[in-house]
Amino acid sequence: MQTGEDVKKALDKKAAYGKDIDIDRFEEGERDVKQIDEIEDSGDLKETMDHVGVTDQEDRLGTIIFIDNGMSHCSNKAQDGVELLSTQEALKKYDWVKDYMWKAIDPSKDKYTAKTYLENSDGYFIHVKEGYKAKYPVQTCMLLNKNKSIQNLHNLIIVDEGASLEIITGCSTTHHSNDALHVGVSEIYIKDNANLQFSMIHSWGKETGVRPRTACMIGKNGSYTNNYILLNPVGSLQSYPVANLNGEGASCAFNTMCLAEKGSNVDTGGMAVLNAPDTNAQIMSRSITKGGSMIARGRLVGNASGAKAHLECRSIVLEDGGTTLAIPELEARVADVEMTHEAAVGKIARDQVEYLMSRGLTEDEAIAMIIRGFLAGSIEGLPPSLKNEIDAAISKANLGN
Amino acid sequence: MLEIKDLHVKSGDREILKGVNLSVADGQTCILFGPNGSGKSTLLSAIMGYGTTEITQGQILFKGQDITHMTVDERAKLGIGMMMQRPPNITGVKLGDLVRATAKDNCGDDVISEARDFKMESFLDRDINVGFSGGEIKRSELLQLAAQKPDFVLLDEPESGVDLGNIDLIGKKVHDLLYDTKPCGGSKANRSVSSLVITHTGQILNYISADTAYIMKEGRIWCTGRPMDLLKNIREKGYGECIKCRLVKM
Repeated sequence: MQTGEDVKKALDKKAAYGKDIDIDRFEEGERDVKQIDEIEDSGDLKETMDHVGVTDQEDRLGTIIFIDNGMSHCSNKAQDGVELLSTQEALKKYDWVKDYMWKAIDPSKDKYTAKTYLENSDGYFIHVKEGYKAKYPVQTCMLLNKNKSIQNLHNLIIVDEGASLEIITGCSTTHHSNDALHVGVSEIYIKDNANLQFSMIHSWGKETGVRPRTACMIGKNGSYTNNYILLNPVGSLQSYPVANLNGEGASCAFNTMCLAEKGSNVDTGGMAVLNAPDTNAQIMSRSITKGGSMIARGRLVGNASGAKAHLECRSIVLEDGGTTLAIPELEARVADVEMTHEAAVGKIARDQVEYLMSRGLTEDEAIAMIIRGFLAGSIEGLPPSLKNEIDAAISKANLGN
Repeated sequence: MLEIKDLHVKSGDREILKGVNLSVADGQTCILFGPNGSGKSTLLSAIMGYGTTEITQGQILFKGQDITHMTVDERAKLGIGMMMQRPPNITGVKLGDLVRATAKDNCGDDVISEARDFKMESFLDRDINVGFSGGEIKRSELLQLAAQKPDFVLLDEPESGVDLGNIDLIGKKVHDLLYDTKPCGGSKANRSVSSLVITHTGQILNYISADTAYIMKEGRIWCTGRPMDLLKNIREKGYGECIKCRLVKM
């Protein structure tokens, strides 16, 4: 058991990956924040949320919005099947919630988790009740609104036996909070025969630091899909979500699409630990560098017989000046596993561009179409609800030139 | 429509076209015969402006404009379209999306609905050319051209790799591309689109009536004449003899 003292010592502990960020440079984020009743009436925040797929459309089951460190909105149209609260509210309301805190992630993992632990950070709490199959997604939104501050969140997602849910999370900075730090710890528990599709769309400022810490525990025949999309400039982002396939027949899929523009430092990917027999994992990464630095990681760990997994990192380098590093890793501890990987780094094929140009598209339009296909079209299983957001983000990213 | 003057083209380090002269009049269909490796596809690529070809000398005029150094899309916008023999795969880009994005005069929906008659409906949601058979590539190319509505088309062996059951479908679609069959239903079709067509077997000639043919060999045009006559000579005597006998300095 971790004690507060152990975690305190970890406050100086650099993360395993990514540039070290001096967290003392930032103020605490506000906990007492403006309350939004309706997204429609959220003023200039509405546009920011729109860019990361957070909408006031009917086809969302519920919505949680955090501004800095305080919950600003929580609405829920499916009280019978899903409970939405802030993490601190959930801890007060239910005695059992504490049993899920810091069980998937060690708080002394690095300075960011330690800080979140010691701050008793709030975050969103989503609990899907046993057997409930949600028809529409729940959306969550994390906004960084205060410059020179740190947003520390601790989210908890529990999908009980036989239940299923899709979550769309949009994270963004408002225009006056460029130089800020986002730390989001997310612990996800998917029980036997349960299913979660978790999609994140990020859009940060050019100097923003981003350190999400995500880990997922998956039970027997449970499944987890992690979609991560970053198509806007960011200062420094480092994230390495982990799925632990603990129950027999569990499966997970990571789909990552990233763009590293000039000045952006992106280090991301996914890890799957196949701890139970006949588990299955797939990690797909599609990245583009346009003068920025991009590290695409993927790691498969096979700890049980019958584990099958595949890892694929593909990158396109659009212009000179940046770096692209693909790091696929496979680790097996038992004999009967089947794990493969593929990695490719290249440029956009000229014959493809000219082929589309011969149909009348300009060079920029042709390149944008190829990139859109490369990023979105080649990953199967993306929720249709995300397609429009991805299209909009790609159009906005102005990839053609 | 198209006039090519003393065209020299390099591909890589090799000179492929060594002074080609050729013209296609408005509304005309011209056939390009020639043995494998003679430079026919290179000529079509140079007219379209593909980067695999480098024009070192000469001129290409289209509708009176010098297009020798224009970009591919500028040529497409002027009205040139091309049916490639081996177009590239584009993973993640759906055929239907490309047709919609490039359709002229908002004809995208019409072309999409016609795709059914053309046995292409199920291909609209597939990645362009990925896993397409020879015949499917032809149909995909023709569908794209139907949306693009060019005034002048370059057809690189439209019938090659197509099984006998589908040749009729392809032939009729090529016909529809060149002839304005829509207005005043039933009246005699007018040919409104010009073309330059590469063929080895001449099968496509059963569907389009061609006006002129050229024979190309070793990067030069050696001979011109009526398409059926030249085809007969090539069949009977081969290219070598045909060129010797009909040598017309172009």
